[in-house]
Amino acid sequence: MSVVDDTIDWFSDGSHWSGDDGVPSRLLEHLGYSALTVGVAAAVAIPLGLWIGHTGRLRGVAVALTGSMRALPTLGLLTWFALFIPLGLTAPILALVILAIPPLLAGAYSGLESVDRQTIDAARAMGMTELQILSRVEVPLALPLIIGGIRSAVLQVVATATVAAYVGLGGLGRYIIDGQAVSDYPRMVSGSILVIVLALALDAVFVGLQKIAVGGRAPALSSSSS
Amino acid sequence: MTWAWDNREQVLDLTLTHAWLSAVPMLLGFVIALPVGWYASRHRRLRGSLLSVGSILYSIPSLPLFVILPGVIGTGFLSPLNVVVALTIYAAAIMVRSATDAFTSVSPPVLDAATATGYSSRQRGLTVELPLAGPVLLAGLRVVSVSTVSLVSVGALIGVSNLGSLFTDGYRRDFTTEILVGVAGIVLLALLFDALLVLAGRLLMPWASLTRPSGVQ
Amino acid sequence: MIEYRSISKTFADGTEAVADFSLELPSRTTTVLVGSSGCGKTTLLRMVNRMVDPTHGEVLIDDVDIATRNRVELRRSIGYVMQHAGLLPHRKVTDNVATVLRLNGVSKKEANARAHEVLETVGLDSSHASKYPSQLSGGQQQRVGVARGLAADPNILLMDEPFGAVDPIVRDELQRELLRLQHDLDKTIVFVTHDIDEAFLLGDQVVILKQGGVVAQVGSPAEILANPADDFVRSFVGLDKGGRTLHIEEREGTSIVVDSTGKATGVLAE
Repeated sequence: MSVVDDTIDWFSDGSHWSGDDGVPSRLLEHLGYSALTVGVAAAVAIPLGLWIGHTGRLRGVAVALTGSMRALPTLGLLTWFALFIPLGLTAPILALVILAIPPLLAGAYSGLESVDRQTIDAARAMGMTELQILSRVEVPLALPLIIGGIRSAVLQVVATATVAAYVGLGGLGRYIIDGQAVSDYPRMVSGSILVIVLALALDAVFVGLQKIAVGGRAPALSSSSS
Repeated sequence: MTWAWDNREQVLDLTLTHAWLSAVPMLLGFVIALPVGWYASRHRRLRGSLLSVGSILYSIPSLPLFVILPGVIGTGFLSPLNVVVALTIYAAAIMVRSATDAFTSVSPPVLDAATATGYSSRQRGLTVELPLAGPVLLAGLRVVSVSTVSLVSVGALIGVSNLGSLFTDGYRRDFTTEILVGVAGIVLLALLFDALLVLAGRLLMPWASLTRPSGVQ
Repeated sequence: MIEYRSISKTFADGTEAVADFSLELPSRTTTVLVGSSGCGKTTLLRMVNRMVDPTHGEVLIDDVDIATRNRVELRRSIGYVMQHAGLLPHRKVTDNVATVLRLNGVSKKEANARAHEVLETVGLDSSHASKYPSQLSGGQQQRVGVARGLAADPNILLMDEPFGAVDPIVRDELQRELLRLQHDLDKTIVFVTHDIDEAFLLGDQVVILKQGGVVAQVGSPAEILANPADDFVRSFVGLDKGGRTLHIEEREGTSIVVDSTGKATGVLAE
């Protein structure tokens, strides 16, 4: 039980809550990198995914790409990029963005694919332009899956950003990596707990968002979707 | 890539360890998830909570999980067991969802016919439901396989020897070739596992490849 | 008036859906395209609102070749009702009905008022207005679909097997509603079905189609029954099975109408 005591001690230590290496600072860093990464990746992947889902083109390529990128080991990508671009944070952020793209892309195109073709046909026959069909019919109906893709991406990035501390990124992962270097186990555990809590909290937020997105329709739909 | 050849013994050694560290969690996860998923497919009220638990477990990031496990289950700090247990948890979490879907996807009229023919509940479970749930289970296993093989590499950060060690070693020595060998090794291993799973699927479920020509897309 | 001039359609995968089809559809009447699946009836229907474009030939509405008109604007001026209503599941009934009006720039208030009006016309009371499609029965959803098609008061209404997916009793009701609506509103209706009885019930002009859009016979239901053009028509219409060849017999002291197999089908009205 001393691990638990040591960890409680670590959290009770005031000095761990201030300064550049303090919890608030590291937490903000972590959130900042995550938000930046997901934002950039989303700006690329979501429009692309919507286009692929709406037109149906390049779908095979997209599926193959998202599938194969799941096999890429994140640590490998991080270290490889870090050796090519050794200075600054470009390397880890770039790697994080690349890893965030597959779930966002998949969420977008599979979301659009889940929309009933008949509904789209009716919308087109009523005289909606392609853009109107996309924005008024397809995206609203695809929203739960699109949000699901964002959720996956956010979790992926939060987890990988932790590992990225190994190649110099700040954030909560620093407690784990730095802690290991000096065999400071309580620090490692505390850092781990912080990351886990963050991940679960963000997950809960997105699950909530998904429920809201589905709930916009009739009650009959939301009960079958969880 | 001559480096890879020169150090082939070491690379092979790491590959075997990596394969072992991937296969055990996959197997254990599958074995755990099967009864849980079967149970969940029958009890709608429990299904929601079981799937939620699985979802929460899967949301836990890997490196932190490796770190806190020794504290939780008392394993040695640098022990490969942490990696195995953590990856088993992930594998089980994914597979429970897969297994639930698999068993609910078995067509009720078929089950009904089996019962009417005179199968006992156990016989029906093993010889009718399980095989028919097979294709969806296989699809789930293939997803688990890819992510497990990839995640093992993170264990290198807590000193567990595997192909991921080539990443940490290569990084420290500023040697990109070593990193690439590691990536290649992991990707190849993932492909190998996937091929073995597909093969097992074809052998155990010959009927499935007839009705669904594109396999388990 | 709608006119098909030497229309043919070959799809990208090589299927020849229609080969050289020509027809005039008079305004303010109901023309029914009837045939088995694959005869091209839906393809022909969807050419009127340019959901499908012909490979050769022209479709003219009031003597204007619709290929020269903008597709989106064309579709907003024509009502379209499909088999499974195609309602937007994430919008309430009123919003669904008001869709085309809103697309045309009508204010929300006006559009909603008009929507309520049309819903009443199709026999749905206002209690359904704030519901979502999934909360309605199949028959009710179809009525909303018809309301949506009528909302912008188009001259032309296209209906693609609109009553095919509901049960017979509801289908009966909906057919009668449509007849009443047509009596009140006088639209040009193009109706597609595979059911010859429905065609005879609803159509002023019935077009019987064979595979490939080949016209077997065009005429009013009475003309077709009295003078079937060939054996295909005779068979399709059911004249060869005896169900339609009726005569009167005295049975148990009453005059009964009997078909050629001896089955009693009805009585003569006074």
